[in-house]
Amino acid sequence: MTLEVTSNDKQNQSATCPTFHMEILKGISKKEFKERCTQCAAVSWGLTDEGKYYCTSCHNVTERSKEVVNTGAIPNTKIQAINRGLKRKRKLEKGWDWYVCEGFQHILYQQAEALKTLGVGPELKNEVLHNFWKRYLQKSKQAYCKNPVYTSKRKAPVLEDNPSHSDWDSEPELLSDFSCPSFVESGAESQPDVHTQKPFPIIKASQSETASICSGSVDGVEYSLRKEKGIVKMTVPRTLAFCCLALLWQRETITLSDLLRFVEEDHIPYINAFQHFPEEMKLYGRDKGIFAIESWPNYEDIYKKMIEIATFLDLPRFPDITEDCYLHPNMLCLKYLMEVNLPDEMHNLTCQVVKMTGIGEVDFLTFDPIAKMAKTAKYDVQAVAVIVVVLKLLFLLDDNLEWSLSNIAEKYNEKNKEDKPWFDFRKWYQVMKKSLDEKKQKWEETRAKYLWKSEKPLYHSSIDKSVVCKRREMVVNLQKQFSTLVDSTPTIGKKSPSSFQFNWTEEDPDRTCFHGHSLQGVLTKKGQSLTTKNSLYWLSTQKFCRSYCKHVTTYEESNFSLSYQFIINLFSFLLRIKTSFLHEEVSLIEKRLFKTKYSKTKKKSSRSRKVRKY
Amino acid sequence: MQKSMSDFSEELIKSTTEDDQGERCELSGTGMHFPWLQKHIETVATGGKKEKDFAQTTSACLSFIQEALLKHQWQQAAEYMHSYLQVLEDSDSCKRQAAPEIIWKLGSEILYYHPKSNVEAFNAFADRMKNIGVMNYLKISLQHALYLLHHGMLEDANRNLSQAETWRYGEKSSSQEVLINLIQAYKGLLQYYAWSKKKMELSQLDKDDYAYNTASQNMLDHSWKTSVNLGALIQIPGVWDPFVKSYVEMLEFYGDQDGAREVLTNYAYDEKFPSNPNAHIYLYNFLKREKAPREKLISVLKILYQIVPSHKLMLEFHRLLRKSEKEEHHKLGLEVLFAVLDFAGCTKNITAWKYLAKYLRQTLMGSHLAWVQEEWSSRKNWWPGFHFSYFWAKSDWKEDKALACEKALVAGVLSGKGCRYFRYISKQDHQVFRKKIKRMKKLVKKYSIINPGL
Repeated sequence: MTLEVTSNDKQNQSATCPTFHMEILKGISKKEFKERCTQCAAVSWGLTDEGKYYCTSCHNVTERSKEVVNTGAIPNTKIQAINRGLKRKRKLEKGWDWYVCEGFQHILYQQAEALKTLGVGPELKNEVLHNFWKRYLQKSKQAYCKNPVYTSKRKAPVLEDNPSHSDWDSEPELLSDFSCPSFVESGAESQPDVHTQKPFPIIKASQSETASICSGSVDGVEYSLRKEKGIVKMTVPRTLAFCCLALLWQRETITLSDLLRFVEEDHIPYINAFQHFPEEMKLYGRDKGIFAIESWPNYEDIYKKMIEIATFLDLPRFPDITEDCYLHPNMLCLKYLMEVNLPDEMHNLTCQVVKMTGIGEVDFLTFDPIAKMAKTAKYDVQAVAVIVVVLKLLFLLDDNLEWSLSNIAEKYNEKNKEDKPWFDFRKWYQVMKKSLDEKKQKWEETRAKYLWKSEKPLYHSSIDKSVVCKRREMVVNLQKQFSTLVDSTPTIGKKSPSSFQFNWTEEDPDRTCFHGHSLQGVLTKKGQSLTTKNSLYWLSTQKFCRSYCKHVTTYEESNFSLSYQFIINLFSFLLRIKTSFLHEEVSLIEKRLFKTKYSKTKKKSSRSRKVRKY
Repeated sequence: MQKSMSDFSEELIKSTTEDDQGERCELSGTGMHFPWLQKHIETVATGGKKEKDFAQTTSACLSFIQEALLKHQWQQAAEYMHSYLQVLEDSDSCKRQAAPEIIWKLGSEILYYHPKSNVEAFNAFADRMKNIGVMNYLKISLQHALYLLHHGMLEDANRNLSQAETWRYGEKSSSQEVLINLIQAYKGLLQYYAWSKKKMELSQLDKDDYAYNTASQNMLDHSWKTSVNLGALIQIPGVWDPFVKSYVEMLEFYGDQDGAREVLTNYAYDEKFPSNPNAHIYLYNFLKREKAPREKLISVLKILYQIVPSHKLMLEFHRLLRKSEKEEHHKLGLEVLFAVLDFAGCTKNITAWKYLAKYLRQTLMGSHLAWVQEEWSSRKNWWPGFHFSYFWAKSDWKEDKALACEKALVAGVLSGKGCRYFRYISKQDHQVFRKKIKRMKKLVKKYSIINPGL
């Protein structure tokens, strides 16, 4: 399955040309001039306007000049680009000319790379995300269109003066051809394929002089002021929405909650992702507001952004989510049953609930942004909600029945030590409570120790530059001092990413595994089939809010049984979502499951919270 | 280095206006604040905007540090401190400005106790923290000096104080002025210490020795410098006990009795100064040394009696009052004894009981029954249970028989023969105390204020 981007072939070609500005510079310094700097002994060379080498660490300029090699048929391409970048001396810091969207492109690139190391197929980066991004640039009129925003305003006259440029030449060099690594890998990364380069368009002559006073990027100031209706502006959180859309398109085995957890655990670049921009992409002033982030992503927020972007990009219907997909509720239920240490036998029941509610249908699960009401299932939250409903069906969770059923199971297990044990809710609760508390404590501790500030300090203007830098230096020094007081054995080692957060074994009594336990104690034979012993049920939400306040329920914890609170807490911690969010999803599943009851209660306005099952 | 650091401080202050307009809040100068209210106001000001995770995790980090310190887990505290230092880079200028003081307090605590820490580490930390922001320079310098004193590094402490003394930043705020005075006073205290050592040496020298003259000359120089340093601070209302004491000692040594008296009188009687028992004790001791008239001494101790009626000088006060010619003083003498024994810490003070027993007899002999009744009326409800219980009788007799006899006499006189304490003691048969107990019984019979007929 491939995604087609509606743009002409020419553009596609040029966009897929892999070129690495960064690589070129590296290539130059590595291949041609490896001597140590006479002043500071570093081997880190840049080129001046005159094509002479200068040391990037001490700014010592040498007499050696660059001999243009490897330029082939088009000699005025890359090296000129570098020179042009260095010409902007009026800026606070010398560096390349780069556009904000290139920054985002770089972040997306890093994130895609990170996903690849997490085991996601390379197509995600090379095809899907790449095409989504191109489509975004096109839709937001930044490139791949007749009148990109940057050229249409100020540079139009320049272009007219330059009739030799064809249409596609006029697109700004901000596309993957320039200064940013492209998504698509080339065979020989270190050997940039200069021959496929288009001639460098001579635009933005006088434009950045004024703008760059307040930002390192060419269009930082413009970008932060830009407020066009109907345009979804790129932000750092939206990069994750892009990633998640790409994962969904590829039907990968990473859910949104997984993705966000990986971000929090630093497996996917997000906070301070700009740190890894090439050295020459300087950030300051307005760039700070655009790229600096001081919060972790939030599930609901990213979820909303996913839909927003998919709609904005006008994406076609996504590939079908069928029963064999990881994102299908049956699969996810299986995964989460294992994760929270519940008996495998429960899967049978979750499958039934999925079937009865219809949430396993392809049409329900498949994301279709063009549909009237664009929405996608919250796959992970929904699967977990199904498990909660099944737990309520089996144990009622009224702080009473679950314990009396536990007594029966306990007695049975004592008498029949050889048999497959009956699932004992109390024992499970004790094991889970302990594990959850430990995990939560650890989680809070790691969060408290999180280092937010980047090694590259960001400043607003030249006035506060020195202060910000000194402050950073001070913090680094103080941190050094306190790190000597910490045990030398590093305890904060990065956890390796895993889609499971718990693990259960038979051996350790604190981590007893309940997967193999049987549900016999809570089911009875009725004719040929098994039904639950418990015939009662209570609805998590009696009435749904019908106003426009966007939430359909409220979750006032104290109104609910302690068991229910515990279950909701456990699962919402697992997904790192708010408890009310999960409660709402449980209510929505119940709404589908007890359709008739809901319509009846509406008519009778019955006060009873108890509804007979089936 | 020093210079560039202070420049940094200036810039730091300037730069706060650059960042985050609208998120500023003024710290009140009164030193009183409601942290929760502050927080509440902040969220209101930002329109209930969700707190950033950065703010949330750093405040969690702070609680973890506090918890670790409470549990003496220095290592963990250091680990969290490593992360907490980020608040120095907080984009919220209000929090950023409050951060250095918090970091200094917590960090110095960690470095003081952490087993891997040492003086060098502490010095490095203090020097760094002094130069973040301007408001903390003096406070940290002073605390740094105290730390060095703790470690016996007097010279380093002195150097530190001298450096702080000369530090100036723009217009000094009033709080900073007090700090400068305090720093000077501590310097003075250090000089006093050196002087005191010299005095010791001097006392061991022969007066006719050649070395004696140079040494005494040396001391003279010292004294002059010190008095300048100490004198300024003790003019300001406050509790300056060690400074006053050493200052007075030096004044006295050089024969400036008037100066010393003036300092002490001012310290004790100036109404701007907080009520301070030690001020009166110092003055009393000075006057005693001076052999001041009894009347004068009594007037000083009268004030001390009002502040600390249980002070051990009260027995001395009683003696003075007893010896006085005035009748009102005699009455006060009784009051003072009763008041001393009101305190749980004095219940086993045999001298107090002895005085009371003797003075009760004397008072009653002098037919001042009314005085005794006056004192006793407010105590008869609780003294029997407090002092004269069966339990105390038993334990006092076991521990200190002499005390038990004195107490029994008082008990008998005040609560009559039926008193449990008296009864218990009077029944005891002991070779040494037989005579005493017999006499006690006789006295009780004669003087008891309780009419046996009633």
